[in-house]
Amino acid sequence: MSADFAVDAHGLVKRFGDTVALDGVDLQVPRGAIYGLLGPNGAGKTTAVRVLTTLLRPDAGQATIDGIDVVDNPHGVRERIGLTGQYAAVEERLTGRENMEFVGRLFHLPKSEVGSRASELLERFDLVDAANRVVKGYSGGMRRRLDIAMSLIARPSVLFLDEPTTGLDPRSRLAMWGLIEELEADGTTVLLTTQYLDEADRLADRIVVIDHGRVIAKGTSDQLKDRIGGDRLSVSIARVENRGAALSTLRPLCTGDVDVSHDGLSFSAPIHSGDRVVPGVIRALDDAGIDVLDVEVRRPTLDDVFLTLTGRAATDEHEEVA
Amino acid sequence: MDRVRMAVGDSWVEAERHLRIIPRNIELVLFATIQPVMFVVLFVYVFGGSIEIPGYDNYEQYLLPGIFSQSLVFGSAFTGIGLAEDLSKGLIDRLRSLPMARSAVLVGRTVSDLVRNLFTFFVMLGVAFLIGFRFEGTLVAAGLATLLLLLFSYALSWVQALIGLSVGSVEAANSAGFIWMFPMTFVSSAFIDPSTLPAALEPIAEANPFTIVTNAARALYNGNPVGNNAIYSLMWSIGIVVVFAALSIRKFNRSTVA
Repeated sequence: MSADFAVDAHGLVKRFGDTVALDGVDLQVPRGAIYGLLGPNGAGKTTAVRVLTTLLRPDAGQATIDGIDVVDNPHGVRERIGLTGQYAAVEERLTGRENMEFVGRLFHLPKSEVGSRASELLERFDLVDAANRVVKGYSGGMRRRLDIAMSLIARPSVLFLDEPTTGLDPRSRLAMWGLIEELEADGTTVLLTTQYLDEADRLADRIVVIDHGRVIAKGTSDQLKDRIGGDRLSVSIARVENRGAALSTLRPLCTGDVDVSHDGLSFSAPIHSGDRVVPGVIRALDDAGIDVLDVEVRRPTLDDVFLTLTGRAATDEHEEVA
Repeated sequence: MDRVRMAVGDSWVEAERHLRIIPRNIELVLFATIQPVMFVVLFVYVFGGSIEIPGYDNYEQYLLPGIFSQSLVFGSAFTGIGLAEDLSKGLIDRLRSLPMARSAVLVGRTVSDLVRNLFTFFVMLGVAFLIGFRFEGTLVAAGLATLLLLLFSYALSWVQALIGLSVGSVEAANSAGFIWMFPMTFVSSAFIDPSTLPAALEPIAEANPFTIVTNAARALYNGNPVGNNAIYSLMWSIGIVVVFAALSIRKFNRSTVA
């Protein structure tokens, strides 16, 4: 175990009766990084977070936070982490400021620091106007912001965000993304779980894809996308007579087989870096006298990645993709 | 010792959270005030005319200590309901992830419920005095009686804590918390003389710890000899706290690491 990683987990296993929630998860998060734990509902994301935050004891495996073992010294781990769970865990009948102070005192911060940190974070999370109102009247976005502010009061070295934007409206979601990006600028290590692919894509330096309690892939968003074959060119033409001409025009411009639709009007093929190819494709098709309806280059989304990966996982359960 | 100091400090932070909330929770304040008043008035005026207790000139002097006792016992249900509520909101998970004393969540909760129960008691006592109840013994004896009642209700808070941590929802905590308190408080000496009960129920009522506590308080309020009841009720309360605090704290920590 090395203290070089803020989070360092090896072979975590957790069973609930017959259900295997974690099936040997390895996870190394360097200091100051934002890592995204991506997976569908029930993949084991929350269980992983609960083990790393000392809420659950793993059945097997080891995990350290800042080099401190979660099983041997849970108290030491709790002093170094912040946790924001799936529900905004705030006291509804206390004010925003009282909630902050409540958590600050339970972290045993000096009294003066509790007050100053609370003010600082309320300001930063845009809750100054609401600070002295009871939380019951807060919107979902405000509650979530307060929840994260509470997690940050003792300057944790690792912040765990379990589905931080689930249930938020699109505007609050964007605001939340902005806040999480600012955390990275502060140097806080963040481990966030999400089932939203665009969220992981936007926020995480590295993404760990997890399914059925196993890590099925990890890497940067681009690395994961490259794994399923880079960009794809799609071309639609107007007349089916031009099918053969279009095929022979497109073939030299693409890096792989050109797929043709049943009606002979749509073509799709892998290409190298997208944008530069489009003008050449249009010019070549035009020169060949082909009426073009549409040319499009599509970057694969993490949805594509996930479908590809989980499809493979279903047939090839024990292959280590990572 | 540092750990003890932390446990006491953290428990107080938790208790303070609940105590701050009480005045902001109108339903709770109304319930805590109106329910005991209603019980006092209803029982005295509905049953008062038809029940005679040997040795007591007026039923109030016999009944009211029973009402105090029952209301305080019912008040313990809030411990379980409050815990279930915190659990369902994810607040308990947050607290478990903090570097605080493991016992503080439950100690803070039960202590704040004790304070709330003290408030309930004084409301009842005020109403009781208005309708003619008097301390027939010394003030010290009355204070001791009150202490025994509050201690028993505190002990039952720990039973309710275990219930609140074990059931899945606030609704379940509510029904599971109250359901056993009805037979416990009615098959007892709180409202009637147990010797008038059917033969099968009488020994149950006599052995009921609620009867023992109520009898002790009643004797002390009325300036009657208390016998062994005071010491027995103290032993019951302490025993319940010891057993159920251990079980509740274990339950609270069961899934966590330490």
